Amino acid sequence: MQNIVVIDYSMGNLHSVHKALQHVTDDKVIITADADKIARADRIVFPGQGAARDCMSELHKRELVDVVKQVSKTKPFLGVCMGMQVLLDHSVEGGGVDCIGLYGGRVEFFKEHIGATDSQGNRLKIPQMGWNRVSHTQNHPMWNGIEDGSRFYFVHSYFIDPIDKSIVAGETDYGVTYPSAIAKNNVFAIQAHPEKSADDGLQLLKNFTKWDGSVS
Amino acid sequence: MGLAKRIIPCLDVDNGRVVKGVNFVDIRDAGDPVEVAARYNREGADEICFLDITASSDDRKTTVDMVEAIASQVFIPLTVGGGIRKVEDIRTMLNAGADKVAINTAAIVNPELVKEAAEYYGSQCIVVAIDAKKTSKEGEPDRWELFTHGGRKETGIDAVEWAKKMEAYGAGELLVTSMDKDGTKSGFNLPLTKAIVDAVNIPVIASGGVGNLQHLSDGVLEAGADAVLAASIFHFSEYTIDEAKQYMSEKGIEMRI
Repeated sequence: MQNIVVIDYSMGNLHSVHKALQHVTDDKVIITADADKIARADRIVFPGQGAARDCMSELHKRELVDVVKQVSKTKPFLGVCMGMQVLLDHSVEGGGVDCIGLYGGRVEFFKEHIGATDSQGNRLKIPQMGWNRVSHTQNHPMWNGIEDGSRFYFVHSYFIDPIDKSIVAGETDYGVTYPSAIAKNNVFAIQAHPEKSADDGLQLLKNFTKWDGSVS
Repeated sequence: MGLAKRIIPCLDVDNGRVVKGVNFVDIRDAGDPVEVAARYNREGADEICFLDITASSDDRKTTVDMVEAIASQVFIPLTVGGGIRKVEDIRTMLNAGADKVAINTAAIVNPELVKEAAEYYGSQCIVVAIDAKKTSKEGEPDRWELFTHGGRKETGIDAVEWAKKMEAYGAGELLVTSMDKDGTKSGFNLPLTKAIVDAVNIPVIASGGVGNLQHLSDGVLEAGADAVLAASIFHFSEYTIDEAKQYMSEKGIEMRI
């Protein structure tokens, strides 16, 4: 039996991710901040909620930045929400904070990129909260069984803008079309909360538990 | 194509059972919260709101167990309200599997709680529940004030000003219930909802008074609500969530179907 580690750096509700994973697999799902356990895991879930600055400072405080970098190069790795954002170089949140830097690019604030309403006149509130569509921009094993354009549950005020557009795996419209999922080698990351996105979200998590970490 | 409007069935839970609602005189049993939540999830609910109306705080443990049970089998956002008085209560509910907590009276007693909770847990999980009643007289400009204790106790606080203050304090969402309308099945209080929608830039959930499907679409189309909450029309299967979504979609509202 393989083990799946959910990285705990006290940012956000890990219990939801844990419960949803346990629902879709018989594998062992462990929540831990222990760098050794993370390094020994078969697959990694990197969740996160809250402010980028707090996330980075918790990761530094727990000396987890190196192990996150290391496992993101070697094992099937799923970033969720803030766990995707901090994979980039830099976030503009809270006056600016340097992040893990796995991918070049910045995390941008909706407010500086969208108007008060969309083209149909719908108010664009910040945070975006609710169910929005994710259009697949590449074929990927993580999308197996999930229809292109399915809705996922989002709660966020910032979005990623990676320099290398070839890593974008899904896009969402919220006044701006932004990358809502990225994939490169053994890493897949999504802005939405699959653990709260009903059947499609559970399917994505199930795909992850079976994914060998290759792109086709 | 963008963000969908949400339908949120609300479970008013008293001593571990779903009941018809706070303001109904004949409290009618509507089932086991875990089963009811699972049914709404199957029917396509966008979120679930669990409102603990148990009078005695001794039974809080039951609530925590139920929230845990729901969160273990229902994978959509879950908001828990009722009896949230301090930061520890928020932690308990989030640890049990709630995604958001709704703070009502405690915010009025101590507004700093909202600020503290939003800073610590993030605005995304802090919902402020606003129970309001119309206090302006015939011919006067509309004015609504906050009421506590199921609408029996007035506070003198203006509901629209309060909404703005709670947004500034870090609330991530507002749950606006008209105490004049709750339980009447005559539709949302649209002017109240709209006044608050226009005053803030965070999502607003309309609540109180839903008796048919048009009431739901009115909440979105007339008042601009981001989400609509209803209890009794769903509990006794007058309508399914799916029917409500189809109806709203036919009215041109973007829904998750």
